[in-house]
Amino acid sequence: MSLNIIVLAKQVPDTRNVGKDAMKADGTINRAALPAIFNPEDLNALEQALRLKEAYPGTKVTILTMGPARAAEIIREGLYRGADAGVVLSDRAFAGADTLATSYALNAAIRKMGKFDLILGGRQAIDGDTAQVGPQVAEKLGLPQVTYAEEIIKAEDGYAVIKRRIESGVETVKAPLPLLVTVNGSAPDCRPRNAKNVQKYKYAAVPSEVASDEKKKALIAKRPYLEIGEWNCEAVNADLQQCGLAGSPTKVKGIENVVFTAKDARRVENTDEEIETLVKELIANHTIG
Amino acid sequence: MANFYTDNPVLKHYLTHPLMEKIVALKERDFADADKYDYAPQDFEDAIDSYDKVLEIVGDICGNIVAENAEEVDHEGPRVENGRVVYAEGTKRNLDACRKAGLMGMAMPRRLGGLNFPITPYIMAADIVSRADTGFENIWGLQDCAETIYEFADEEQKQKYIPRVCAGETMSMDLTEPDAGSDLQSVMLKASQKEDGSWVLNGVKRFITNGDADIHLVLARSEEGTKDGRGLSMFIYDKRNGGVTVRRIENKMGIKGSPTCELVYKDAPAELVGSRRMGLIKYVMALMNGARLGIAAQSVGVSEISYREALAYAKDRRQFGKAIIEFPAVAEILSVMKAKLDASRALLYACSRFVDIYKVYDDIAKERKLTVDEKKEAKAFSRLADAFTPLAKGMTSEFCNQNAYDCIQIHGGSGFMKDYACERVYRDARITSIYEGTTQLQVVAAIRHVSTGTYLDWIKGEEAKECLPEDQQIKAILENMTQQYANAVEAVFGVENQGYHDFMARRLVEMAGYIVMGYLLLDDTKRNEMFRRSLHVFVKLGQAETTKHADFIANFRPEQISDYLFEEK
Repeated sequence: MSLNIIVLAKQVPDTRNVGKDAMKADGTINRAALPAIFNPEDLNALEQALRLKEAYPGTKVTILTMGPARAAEIIREGLYRGADAGVVLSDRAFAGADTLATSYALNAAIRKMGKFDLILGGRQAIDGDTAQVGPQVAEKLGLPQVTYAEEIIKAEDGYAVIKRRIESGVETVKAPLPLLVTVNGSAPDCRPRNAKNVQKYKYAAVPSEVASDEKKKALIAKRPYLEIGEWNCEAVNADLQQCGLAGSPTKVKGIENVVFTAKDARRVENTDEEIETLVKELIANHTIG
Repeated sequence: MANFYTDNPVLKHYLTHPLMEKIVALKERDFADADKYDYAPQDFEDAIDSYDKVLEIVGDICGNIVAENAEEVDHEGPRVENGRVVYAEGTKRNLDACRKAGLMGMAMPRRLGGLNFPITPYIMAADIVSRADTGFENIWGLQDCAETIYEFADEEQKQKYIPRVCAGETMSMDLTEPDAGSDLQSVMLKASQKEDGSWVLNGVKRFITNGDADIHLVLARSEEGTKDGRGLSMFIYDKRNGGVTVRRIENKMGIKGSPTCELVYKDAPAELVGSRRMGLIKYVMALMNGARLGIAAQSVGVSEISYREALAYAKDRRQFGKAIIEFPAVAEILSVMKAKLDASRALLYACSRFVDIYKVYDDIAKERKLTVDEKKEAKAFSRLADAFTPLAKGMTSEFCNQNAYDCIQIHGGSGFMKDYACERVYRDARITSIYEGTTQLQVVAAIRHVSTGTYLDWIKGEEAKECLPEDQQIKAILENMTQQYANAVEAVFGVENQGYHDFMARRLVEMAGYIVMGYLLLDDTKRNEMFRRSLHVFVKLGQAETTKHADFIANFRPEQISDYLFEEK
């Protein structure tokens, strides 16, 4: 049985090698000073997708990313490693999106993509560290979700069996397909680029990247697999009010540099009473609300 | 995220050598594959860009996986379980990465699943892999045994085995036996033909690198009653058929991750490659030439890591209030190491380009008749490849041993401890001047080209070229060295005494080596300023060495050889 898998990926500034000029004076990220990379945990997700492709011949892996046209770089990176196709969701209207608006846009694009069996994504992106987008996309699509996955053991007969990392070890869960899974950084590293794929896909591009290059345009017309999808707001029938800044309830009040001092973790039992107590506490000290 | 290709601009310099345009055009048959394979290049720039991008993958895997695993692999090593080799865990991870990246069968044609790379970018990959883990280069680099299948086996065998190599199966060349090391004519492993025409092998092989490989090339005695090289044939043994077990693996000084096996053949089914009796005299000779170029690449990788480890330590280590690199005695060692490294690489890639051209003509000759000019060119490059291969193997392996020695010297007492990579590098380096023919045997192969003038002809060709005005003085030194060399050759070969020729052979070959490498660096400097320092340092070194040899030869009387010969007291 072959699968149709969508991998959600994000191009992020490489915050692992932060220098002095990583932040601008206004407290926002100085993207020019940081190299743009494939979000590391999204690569873990891609590896899981590629393993499923090996286990279930005929499986198609499509990478979906939202960002400017240059985010096509990570689609190419995915093609080099074994993905089959990619789409960049790109529109000025998507700019300034928080997690809610991002998951709305991704959900609109996924609806346009049609039938799928699995959506995989990294647990979180290293620039925002929210871990919200995956779960929100699942909610918007009305899908079950499994988070913190380390290994997708199988995906057949309408179910996926997944090993997930939990605080005290691992647990193996079974969930019905279609399904959204977010993959943890403790999952196996992504395989390297493949020599044949690199040679095959090195000219792959979104239309706007080659707009003024007739030679490349002609090549892409001749070899359709080189065209990376480039969808705007209209193409995915997204409601402008729910996109970008307009669709983002998150407002940044200010940013300050803080030195993180780790404290002991506190464990909250998974009961209504305990969670209610915690939420009230967080509201009282203005962490949320 | 280390990348052992992009951090080394010297590799790109050779990838873009002017002769590459000819090599690529021939190899790609004017880009005939472009519409047949989605990964085939469309023109020269596209091809070079593809090599560049694939080497970037090699650099990534080597920098981030293979080099990271090297120490652990060196400590753990492979083991034998129930007659089979189990690689160290790190070796398995390295192989897995190389397979997934499609870096096996790189030089094989596309129709058999390969990347159709010329030898030069393939050798670059070997150079990079060796820098990361010299022992792993053996396992990975044995893919070039596929070249022998491609050149000499029949179409059915090519179709059967080469795609498997390209998909990641490993290879070995089973030549050596307990009583047949340098002297392969003494091979005794028995090949017997059954009534149905098929062959089985019986006997023992020793010192077989990666001896539990999936696909073996085996040298065996097919002609009963014969005792010399003309009774030997080449066979393919497929591990899937069974019949060969690993009796033990050697506990070696270096390249510990690479299993060196003793193999027992018991009625092991095998397929004959090519014609009977041609095993040693034709096929092994071709196999060895390829392997020697591979060892030269491995040696350059060793020189590279030696230099880098030494440089990093010398910058970091402080004594008497400053970094030790600031002391002239230390800086001099480093600059000589760098000069030997750069000169080695210059020779390696000059050689690989020659091999590329003559081999591709050989291949084209199977498809169509070569023109008179092409034949002439093929012959000229074949002769150069034949001359440069032993020179490259000999010089680069000796230099990498010297560099590994100096690397430890720079580390001082710390280098003698197991704490730094340099001690592993030192042990790994040692085999390069021994296997695939010792340096002494490289001299035996190279001396013909001293006496017949191959080196001198090439050198004269270089001498006739213009150099940059600022390098005129260096060129004058090289011209002077050439004169010393020509005089020494005349002096030695002017005496009718084979023993005397043999006695002086290494000195003459080394003189040729220094001059050839000097001219290569001169040419590299013309294209790129970054070689100028090494050019100066290397030519000064070469001048001193050729003068030393010239003096020795001039002041030696043939009868003095008796002082050096072994006599039972």
